[in-house]
Amino acid sequence: MGRELAHLSDEALIALVARRDEAALAALYDRFGRLAYGLALRVLRDKSLAEDAVQEAFMSVWRTADRFVAGRAKASSWILTFVHRRAVDLVRREERRRAEPLEDAPEFDAAPGTDEEAWLRLRRERVQSALSSLPDQQREALELAYFGGFTQSELAERLGLPIGTIKSRMFSGLARLREILDETETEPWPTTHSTT
Amino acid sequence: MANDALHDLTAGYALDALDARERAEYEQHLATCEQCRDDLARMQDTVGSLAYAVESPAPPAELRERILTEARAERGNVAPFRPRRRLTYALGAVAAAAAVVALAVGLWASSISNDLEQERSVVSILADPNARQVPMEGGDGRVVVTESGDAALVASVAGAPPGKTYEVWVFEGATPRRAGTFEGEAAHDVVRLTRPVPPGAKVAVTVEPDGGVDAPTSPPVMSATT
Repeated sequence: MGRELAHLSDEALIALVARRDEAALAALYDRFGRLAYGLALRVLRDKSLAEDAVQEAFMSVWRTADRFVAGRAKASSWILTFVHRRAVDLVRREERRRAEPLEDAPEFDAAPGTDEEAWLRLRRERVQSALSSLPDQQREALELAYFGGFTQSELAERLGLPIGTIKSRMFSGLARLREILDETETEPWPTTHSTT
Repeated sequence: MANDALHDLTAGYALDALDARERAEYEQHLATCEQCRDDLARMQDTVGSLAYAVESPAPPAELRERILTEARAERGNVAPFRPRRRLTYALGAVAAAAAVVALAVGLWASSISNDLEQERSVVSILADPNARQVPMEGGDGRVVVTESGDAALVASVAGAPPGKTYEVWVFEGATPRRAGTFEGEAAHDVVRLTRPVPPGAKVAVTVEPDGGVDAPTSPPVMSATT
């Protein structure tokens, strides 16, 4: 990444990507590639499928960056939308869905000690703690949907509940999670971070 | 589906927990509902934070290069800063189904502009579960026609020769009427037809001088009877 790009906001990088700036795409990948891969891997449980999902997601960013409007949402959320959508579509096709709770997720060989690792760990702990303070039923609905790749109809069937109950748990779970994350925010959620 | 029921799908959509039919209905709705786009934009930030809850091992180093190589290859086919007046979309090497996703995902983070309104109308045609899909004969393309006659052409053709453009025609009886032009510049062009396609009407594509003409001057490169 060019030194000057490291100081740009995520949104500025996306604006450069919209102008077909390859270095900006590389910089976005350096910021979010690892997070994207972790998410895809959690949903897909398969390294090569996860790589495919990340690659396709970044290509979608490359193709549609000119439609992103800064201020409407965080750039990271926008990028992760592509990653998650692709991962869920693949997992449904591959019938690889898993529903283990987060605690049973496999441990990976992380390279501890790097700034990036420390940064991710900090946020992981914060979001995990927020998730664990949700009512169990809301947490279960969010985890099965987001990490398990189940549709709300499948969840209703699997849990033996009316579809309306599932919808309401997902909605309330997201609303509550938002409140908790807002409350526990002791420092501004950075819109950028440097991996160097 | 009633609007209330569609608003109700916002959390499911944000979590990617809708099945294909619900998703298509919701995306169609999203194209016209500012309120849902706002709700969704807010919700997506919370959903995005869920991604931070998982262990993130480093991806293989070669993944970065693969992405940049593919982006570089695609840039060769796509002119930067090109106005999209012709309503063609440079979609790269993606299937037509993925084209719908590329247009629809992230719509909540987009602004309203004429371009976008037009894109949305293409999205709503492609995503319409009741739309008919008619393959073209003579070339790689298909026409997608909704029940109300709104139509889009998805074509995968070589780029038009210099000074030439592809022109789409919708037949009114035996008379071809202009219905849009495209360049064949992407692996899949998605063209919103400027005329409705009534049931049974013929749709054809010819190669014409730049800017298009009022009546075809060459035999069709592909055609279909809808």
